[in-house]
Amino acid sequence: MKYSYYPGCTLKNKAKDLDAYARASAKALGFEMEEIEDWQCCGGVYPLGSDEIATKLSSVRALNDAKEKGQDLITVCSACHHVLKRVNDDMKNVDDIRTRANNYLKLDTPYEGETNVLHYLEVLRDEVGFDEIKKKVVNPLKGKKIGAYYGCLLLRPGKIMAFDNPENPTIMEDFIRALGAEPVVYPYRNECCGGYISLKEKDMAQNMCEKIMDSAKGFEADMLITACPLCMYNLRKNGNGALPVYYFTELLAEALGVKEEVAK
Amino acid sequence: MQRIGVFVCHCGTNIAATVDVKKVVEMAAKEPGVVHAEDYQYMCSEAGQAKIINAIHEKNLTGIVVCSCSPRMHEATFRKAAEKAGLNPYMVEIANIREHCSWIHKDMEEATLKAVILARAAIAKVNLDAPLQPGESLVTKRALVIGGGIAGIQSALDIAEAGYEVDIVEKLPSIGGRMSQLDKTFPTLDCSACILTPKMVEAAAHEKINIYTYSEVEKVSGFVGDFTVDIRKKARSVDMSKCTGCGVCSEKCPSKKNPNEFNRGLNNRSAIYIPFAQAIPNVPVIDRENCIKFKTGKCGACSKVCAAGAIDYEQKDEIITQKYGAIVVATGFDVIPLDKYDEYAYSQSKDVITSLELERIMNAAGPTKGHLERLSDGKSPKNIVFVQCVGSRCSDERGKSYCSKICCMYTAKHAMLIRDKYPDTNVTVFYIDVRTPGKNFDEFYRRAVEDYGVNYVKGQVGKVIPQPDGTLMVQASDLLENKQILMEADMVVLAAAIEPNKDVRKIATMLTASIDTNNFLTEAHAKLRPVESPTAGIFLSGVCQGPKDIPETVAQAGAAAVKAIGLLAKDKLTTNPCTAHSDELLCNGCSQCANVCPYGAISYEEKQVNDHGIRETRRIAVVNNALCQGCGACTVTCPSGAMDLQGFSNRQILAEVDAICR
Amino acid sequence: MAYTYGNKENAAERIKEISGVNPLKCMKCGKCSATCPAFNEMDIKPHQFVTYVQNGDIESLAQSKSLWKCLSCFACVERCPRDVKPGKLIDAARQLVVRERGQNYLTADEIPELLDEDTPQQLLVSAFRRYRR
Repeated sequence: MKYSYYPGCTLKNKAKDLDAYARASAKALGFEMEEIEDWQCCGGVYPLGSDEIATKLSSVRALNDAKEKGQDLITVCSACHHVLKRVNDDMKNVDDIRTRANNYLKLDTPYEGETNVLHYLEVLRDEVGFDEIKKKVVNPLKGKKIGAYYGCLLLRPGKIMAFDNPENPTIMEDFIRALGAEPVVYPYRNECCGGYISLKEKDMAQNMCEKIMDSAKGFEADMLITACPLCMYNLRKNGNGALPVYYFTELLAEALGVKEEVAK
Repeated sequence: MQRIGVFVCHCGTNIAATVDVKKVVEMAAKEPGVVHAEDYQYMCSEAGQAKIINAIHEKNLTGIVVCSCSPRMHEATFRKAAEKAGLNPYMVEIANIREHCSWIHKDMEEATLKAVILARAAIAKVNLDAPLQPGESLVTKRALVIGGGIAGIQSALDIAEAGYEVDIVEKLPSIGGRMSQLDKTFPTLDCSACILTPKMVEAAAHEKINIYTYSEVEKVSGFVGDFTVDIRKKARSVDMSKCTGCGVCSEKCPSKKNPNEFNRGLNNRSAIYIPFAQAIPNVPVIDRENCIKFKTGKCGACSKVCAAGAIDYEQKDEIITQKYGAIVVATGFDVIPLDKYDEYAYSQSKDVITSLELERIMNAAGPTKGHLERLSDGKSPKNIVFVQCVGSRCSDERGKSYCSKICCMYTAKHAMLIRDKYPDTNVTVFYIDVRTPGKNFDEFYRRAVEDYGVNYVKGQVGKVIPQPDGTLMVQASDLLENKQILMEADMVVLAAAIEPNKDVRKIATMLTASIDTNNFLTEAHAKLRPVESPTAGIFLSGVCQGPKDIPETVAQAGAAAVKAIGLLAKDKLTTNPCTAHSDELLCNGCSQCANVCPYGAISYEEKQVNDHGIRETRRIAVVNNALCQGCGACTVTCPSGAMDLQGFSNRQILAEVDAICR
Repeated sequence: MAYTYGNKENAAERIKEISGVNPLKCMKCGKCSATCPAFNEMDIKPHQFVTYVQNGDIESLAQSKSLWKCLSCFACVERCPRDVKPGKLIDAARQLVVRERGQNYLTADEIPELLDEDTPQQLLVSAFRRYRR
């Protein structure tokens, strides 16, 4: 299976690991990620006003590119996935935005939300299958107690993201189980870490990250995993160091035995 | 040629404020056949009716058009008036210039034009009206009650007391319904079983009442006064005539880990079971899905220990066909599933429960024998939080748009009982509004606050956060203090919204009874006919019609019974003469009309016809006028134009269309 | 600093338009404020935002520090039983303010001292989106 891949800015820079492990694991699992040419930054945050068009165009370009190739569009970064998924929903369901965006872009055929936007985790769950992954694991992460940190962007708004139950998700726990480790369910896994405000309101961010860390630690997690470079940065920076935080792709690569390859 | 009188009603200002009634009179008078036209302030009043009667006498009128409100309101009034004056009542037509015109338009000129056009159409129809004679049908003097909860039991008892036979069909193994699961009842705190079980016993012992438990209505045909119903009596696997109800079978049954529905799945029961101690009938049923004998063929323990030899693994479902004159629907409710409200941690923590589950925990026959304890560790909770409006009053797709009505009161009851029995326990109720309209209801709630020290906080709960030590942190709003509260709790009780029983949709379809977007059965008139379905002969009892508490349910159940009795007391019903008939010379026997008839009123006969001198035998459609409801589906389906409806003939409808388009 | 936000008369209408929120749907249950992780940092609380927009008091919202404390985490949006989505109102009010010249909450001069070697691009990009025109 071949997917269009939208890496996003951060995965080309501070979160190179997240990207590299995802690519290596995809290879090991037998699917291909074809990077979209000339992709542009999604903006990192879904445009806040419903009257904004220009800030949605970079996403539409990427979505249209995937459509023209007849591929599903895959992302690894939570924020990029969030923005692309919501813009795609606008293009599919909001007449005004669809019309105005198409007027700007003047594509050969108007884009109307045809592309299927998938997060890497969704590909693992729905296309590869966790049972299949389990079979391909060569280094099961036995004995590790892992807390999944979902954050906000993958889950909410639940109706549009349609990723998992926004109040009691299971996808990352199933993922952890597939790798041979033990998932730790803790109540703050879908509460905000304060990533967006961590630039200017450091105290607040610290407070929130500590709550998350303490909650996970209280339920005896040894580590946290995340799909979001901003959550990763924030939890590491402001989370009192109670637990180490990893990208989920790093653990996947490790379990599949391709981590060393990437390190080289 | 008809001699038609047109009567235009002002309806006070309801019509006259938007429609120029004088203009309608003036225009109507010019229509063909019209020999008289006048307006009056209230045509439905005695004086208004007298005007119609006088005009019929004075002008020898042969047809009447009344331009007024919906025929649902006053068609009967005007038909009676016409009849009094010696006119056939079916020579009266109503032009609805209120609901269809004045109420929905603002511009007087436009509304007046529309009123004139509506009057014109009705006049065109009367010009082609012919006198009709209604027929008669017999009334079967027996009632069916669907659902054996307190609503169904009360309706059945009232109908039976009036001297009519009643059958109760209950889908579960025992009658008793939701009320049998409750511990105490507000606002008097009497024990639910203590007041319900005498009614159950009375119903079971009543010579006029026959109870089918573990049974479901499978098929309904016929019409008011003459319904035919198939009831599926599911195989109980126990012979009711032999069983003594000793209960040894349940004790010896090796399959014991099946969720106990009566206790809301909080503990287990055996595969052969009697749902609760006071069950009626006191006869067990085998849950075949979980019975080892049925699953593997090996076991038979119950059969071996049954001294009465009542166990019958071969028993089959049985279909009972019975005729009824009236049907009472009393299908009740359930609480909504809470899988969409995981912010309250219902599926994450055993100590987050619904109020109905708390009823079972508080009940002596419940999973904890009536001791208030946490289901996770059996400890007594010291801090209990109640959350109101979980899934009620929502406009998102997660919940219900309506107020469930009973939660404020049962929560006050729970809070009070807990404070009374366990004074060391702190009880906090998070509420949006406390709604207590009802006799002695607000006083009851105030007692919870003032005499029992229940802590009421205005604000909703945002999240329930399970802690590693097994306690729960409740994050909530205190709106009056403008604060966010983080409060420790050992148990959280959710007032989950109630919704009509899942089966009601299936039953409503069988009965052709209408249902609203929330699956509540619709009443014939929200204010004036609250216990009748718009489908004649179907009556509504209890929560299937809308949320209500026990006193209201019992009152409504009585009202539904009275309506049913009123119907059963008649020997004959006048049937609607506006039925279909087929022209045997045009009918080609194609069967299309029979296929679309919702009432099964059309059959076929081989008949000798004389078609312009040619005698031959043809297959033609024949309508049973007793079954036909005059819906007209056959007339629009008939490809040869043979099927026609009396009082709404194809010619008449086209004449109306022509008059409108003129 | 004095905030302006265009035509005062229609500011409330603009907020409703930008957010797509109808504040009249609110039943004042307070679930948004019960849910908000930034509640304690806010001077005007999420549920109050709805009332302020209803009453047309946008001046106070424009001055409120809540605009900069909201995490845009959508928890209130997700849990609101009336589909009011107070978070979107806050986003819209912030937009109204930053769209005015000179109302930026973040200036380019500040950036160097806010950065560290791990700061992801995502944080900068989103901060510019959220805080500047």
